[in-house]
Amino acid sequence: MEKFKEVSTVAAYIDRKNIDTDAIIPKQYLKAVTRDGFGDNLFDDWRYLEPGNLGDNHSLRKKNPEFFLNNSKFKGAKILVAGDNFGCGSSREHAVWALMDFGFRVVISSSFADIFYNNCFKNGLLPIKLEQENYIKIIGDIKNKNNILTINLNNQTISSKDIFIKFDIDDRRKEVLVNGIDDISETLKLKNKIIEYENKQSNKTPWVFNEK
Amino acid sequence: MKKTLYDKLWDEHHIHTYENGYSLIYIDKHLIHEVTSPQAFEGLKHAGRDIWNKNSIMAVPDHNVPTIQRDDGIKDPISKLQVDALNKNCKNNDLLKFDLDDVRQGIVHVVGPEQGILLPGMTVVCGDSHTSTHGALAALAFGIGTSEVEHVLATQCLLQKKSLNMNIKVDGEMSKYFYSKDLALVIISQIGTAGGTGYAIEYTGSAIKNLSMESRMTLCNMTIEAGATTGLVAVDDTTIEYVQNRPYAPKEQNLAEAKKFWKNLISDHGVHYDKTINIDISKSSPMITWGTSPEMAVNVDGKLPDLEDEKFSDKRQDLINAFNYMGLKEKQNVNSIELDKIFIGSCTNSRIEDLRIVADIVKNKKIAKNIKSAIIVPGSGLVKEEAEKEGLDKIFMKSGFEWRSPGCSMCLGMNDDKLSEYERCASTSNRNFEGRQGRLGRTHLVSPATAAAAAIHGHFVDVRDI
Repeated sequence: MEKFKEVSTVAAYIDRKNIDTDAIIPKQYLKAVTRDGFGDNLFDDWRYLEPGNLGDNHSLRKKNPEFFLNNSKFKGAKILVAGDNFGCGSSREHAVWALMDFGFRVVISSSFADIFYNNCFKNGLLPIKLEQENYIKIIGDIKNKNNILTINLNNQTISSKDIFIKFDIDDRRKEVLVNGIDDISETLKLKNKIIEYENKQSNKTPWVFNEK
Repeated sequence: MKKTLYDKLWDEHHIHTYENGYSLIYIDKHLIHEVTSPQAFEGLKHAGRDIWNKNSIMAVPDHNVPTIQRDDGIKDPISKLQVDALNKNCKNNDLLKFDLDDVRQGIVHVVGPEQGILLPGMTVVCGDSHTSTHGALAALAFGIGTSEVEHVLATQCLLQKKSLNMNIKVDGEMSKYFYSKDLALVIISQIGTAGGTGYAIEYTGSAIKNLSMESRMTLCNMTIEAGATTGLVAVDDTTIEYVQNRPYAPKEQNLAEAKKFWKNLISDHGVHYDKTINIDISKSSPMITWGTSPEMAVNVDGKLPDLEDEKFSDKRQDLINAFNYMGLKEKQNVNSIELDKIFIGSCTNSRIEDLRIVADIVKNKKIAKNIKSAIIVPGSGLVKEEAEKEGLDKIFMKSGFEWRSPGCSMCLGMNDDKLSEYERCASTSNRNFEGRQGRLGRTHLVSPATAAAAAIHGHFVDVRDI
């Protein structure tokens, strides 16, 4: 996984709570068997005025001019700001892949759904959960001023020419992003402990380990 | 120290605690379907890693499969590619899989318990958020993303931070025509779709005790709609009765040992939960969702919300958005909502008990003229077989329902079963998000009984009145 580097761009803001993963990437695109190419279909139902399908040439589809991602002032944004309970619903990791493929590296919200939050760290996307007070501060900063935000994960700060906010993240999650850690390799360091556990349990609860 | 059921399941599978507070926990069973697994197998291959425990895996295609004309195979070439990828990955790795032509094929969350592959006390994961279903068996079961699917394939473990414990205690007698689906909607509308975030929920109380196993599965299934990835019910006689004669369940000496082990899968008396919610269900009415989030639910004999009541609420705009999307108005009577389609199925409500309830209501009645299509999609080939043995299929077809082959179908509309723009559906599934059943489609989540009654009347009715 790529290491997380400092991000400094405008922030795209959508004033909506409970954005679910069906909205982030609709079902017809889940038929793909790869992890990339989902960016064109991020928020597909909201972003385009016409229906689309996997394999279509999406640049030919009519865009919804009122949708925030089609607003030129958010062009090049690597930071997404959205309301409460972002990423609720389906476990589809395609939602994270779509956000990343579109170019986002950071999502800021007042809260995230558990599975989505977890999926972010497997792909190098930084979800920042802010207390309501700080969340409102951020909205104020980007909504009217369209300020450039700088996200520094090492120092755990969000800053612009007008604001400076510290955010919380647990140490392990931070380390994973900063160093681009591969979880599987880490886990396999404990290979012997896993085997030891299996040996113990297959005596205690043999039915769990039955051959199919 | 006293422990909750969740604590016990956690401790039993705990392998290691890291200094940073994370734990490595062992995963007993891994369910796999075609949509969230191909990238995980690809990643494994790319890294040159093997599957840790092939015996832990059960695979079944369900999301992307046709529910009609099965003999012709999958016509959509893109869907076919994905199901072929599952076939190839299972074949190459010698994994247990139930093919489309196998009577045991069906929705992954129906098949797992039905086969006795999932048992009390196990840890169960699947690249699917409705894995919470299996908490009904007192298994620690939760949905994961594709990277974690790969992690489990490679290591049989997951890195986890322990959740907090929430007790949802439900007491009172459930009235006739009020089902666990209605109960799930009562809970979600009360605590909200993020109410359970960070918690493992255990359902306790006399009303839960009285639920059948299948009804418990419906309730635990929709725990994710309340924001919690895990929903649990403690083991009792109902649990053991359900699991003990299943094809993959332990036999003879093993069964005796297992039963002893399972009986301890209950929370200790007087244990402390981080949060407790008490619900008295005795006066509750059947529920429907009217909006675009499962928490937007009201009584079927009631009215849609009044915006005046939400004047100063930060939810007001969400309600307006939902009214607009759904083509509904504030204060509208629920029974004035007319429907175009009826969907009975999904991992929430496609088991035999659900189908019996529907048959009971539609027997000798015809679906209303304004209903363009009403489909019943059984949860598995075995559910289908049983329903046909009981003659339910004939009742359905005589009433005007289509009787389909098993799969996820219109719950998420990955196959051909979906809503067209602005079509309105009474659906026994679990999500009413915008576009969930088809772009611009409008979904109302209800119990099988309420969906059946709506099919006959063409609009929502209080099923207790018919």
